[in-house]
Parts: sequence; C-alpha cells; structure tokens
Amino acid sequence: MPAVHDRGGWPTDEPIDRQEHEWADWERQTQSLRTVLDQKGMMNVDELRRGIESIDPGEYESTTYFERWSASIEMNLVEKGVLTTEEIDERAAALRDRWGNPG
Amino acid sequence: MSEGKDRGGFYDTGWQPAGDVHRDEDGRPHDHPGLQEDVVLGVRASRALAMHELLVEKGVIGGHDVDDAIELWSERVPSNGATLVAKAWVDPEFKARLLEHPKETVVESGFVPEHNADIIVLENTSTVQHMVVCTLCSCYPTALLGPPPDWYKSFSYRSRAVTEPRAVMSEFGLELEEDVEVRVVDSNSELRFLVLPRRPAGTEGWSEERLATLVTRDSMIGVSAPLSPDSVQN
Repeated sequence: MPAVHDRGGWPTDEPIDRQEHEWADWERQTQSLRTVLDQKGMMNVDELRRGIESIDPGEYESTTYFERWSASIEMNLVEKGVLTTEEIDERAAALRDRWGNPG
Repeated sequence: MSEGKDRGGFYDTGWQPAGDVHRDEDGRPHDHPGLQEDVVLGVRASRALAMHELLVEKGVIGGHDVDDAIELWSERVPSNGATLVAKAWVDPEFKARLLEHPKETVVESGFVPEHNADIIVLENTSTVQHMVVCTLCSCYPTALLGPPPDWYKSFSYRSRAVTEPRAVMSEFGLELEEDVEVRVVDSNSELRFLVLPRRPAGTEGWSEERLATLVTRDSMIGVSAPLSPDSVQN
C-alpha cells in the first residue's frame, strides 16, 4: 500500500469536482507565509512537502489543502526552535476567542 | 461557487492587506481592512494566523512581508503562459527555442520560475496529447499559470489522471480520437511542465494578443483544448 500522499492510480471513480472554492484570507496568508519563510531561508519547498507527507493519514485525508500547509509549517518551525507548540496553542486560542467562535 | 469572480484562475475575495488590522476596544477586528471576520476560524486556520502574528512580533519576518508575497502571487496568472503559447503559435523561431530551451526562454520572457524549478514545454500535435498531473501533491508551473486550481490538487484527479486520462479529459469536454496517443507526465518540485496546445483552426492572420485570448489555463495543463475562434467576441 503506497503512502497516503502517493495518490497516482488509487482506485476511485469519483468525478473531478471542477468548482473552485473561494479562497479565505487565511489561505492566501498561509501560501504567502510559506513564500516568505522560503525567501528567508527558513523553510524550502522540500521541507513543506516532507511536513505534509508526515501528517497522520487520517488527518491527511480529512483536512483541506492549506490546513495541511499550516500543519507542515508548524511542524517545521517547532522543529527548528523558531516557535513552540505552547505559544502557538495560546495565540491560536486567543485568536479564536477574538473571532468569537469555538473553532 | 460563491460570489468570487473568476479572474483567470484567481478569485476575488475582496481581500485587503492584513498589515494594519483595525481593532475595536475589545480587540475584535472591524471595518474591512484585514482578515475576514465572518468566517468560522478552524483550528489549522487559527494556528496559521497565530504563527504569522508570532513571527512578526518576534521580528523573524517583517510586518509587511506576507502582504508583499501576496502581491507577488497576484502577478502569477494564466495569461503569463498564454502569452508564451500565442507567441509560439506565430513565431516558429520562438517556438523552437521554447521547446529546446524552455527555462531560459521563460526567464528571457520576464517570468521567474518558482523555486528556480526546471520546466519542460510539451507540444501537442494531431497525434499526441500531453496531460500534466502531480500525483504526490500539487507541483505546477505557478509562474506561468498561477496557483493550481482545486481540482488539480484533488485526490480524484491525482488518482485518475494516471489510470484513465481519457475519461478525465472527457469530463473536461475533450473527446480525443482513438488514434491520438496520450502521454501523462507527473510533476515534481524540481521539474514542472507546460503544455503547448495546438493552435485552433480558423485563426489564420490573428495577432498574438488575439490568439492569447483562446489559450485557457486548462489547455496548458492538457486536460482540454483552447477555445475555438468563434467562441470569443472579436
């Protein structure tokens, strides 16, 4: 059985959904945050990929594209000691409170 | 589809730079500058925004760096690739160079390949149709086509492009003759592909600019043909 990201030839007859979702601001920000981290030499595209490919298979299949990017960026920044999981937990909780939804 | 307006692969969400979010006394963002406040903020979304805030506060990145990168991304649009295709259709020397030295030609044309990746341009003919996929994720010539569309990143496209490309093309409205050979190419982070579609019949004497209006993003991925000349207003 190939790894979860290795999708070529997986048996499925699901039609291609050609509808484009409207990008949320956080998705644009996340795409560009990765670009900035690359420009600063802090996270290249291979590190992004390695992070995405390390996601738990269940999470990989149940999350959206940029949710996987978010998980990979976090994995890389925590591993490199740039940020800690705790401070991200705390700030993310504060942001969700600020937004007024349980997230 | 919500209210986002298709701008050749980009969707206008009314996005505003997030560098200076105005906040109420209780810290909630207000007006429209900054991030949408009417969406449910999921866990991964909130963690992405939290990382951005923390990186700026720590001085790891500048407060406007991300906005600048968003601006850069807005210059990556499918019309970039379309100008190359249209030029190749009218200028045989340019076409030969684009096929033989694609990366150099892309750079000379003013485009900056993402991640300095290599690029190969694949010419469709009456007997060969190329189709591009990234089975592992979403590698794509973003400098020439913009960010990949959702369907390109979908599990179903990544799976089925390999096993039944003709059926996939059929879903995009392209019915190939039986004797046309289909070649599916799999992208990776170091190598991206641009399909050079066939010039539509009935466009003799057209200018590059006019021809470029026929070159769709999907025709440069190879899942469909360019628009027909009578489908566009002249």
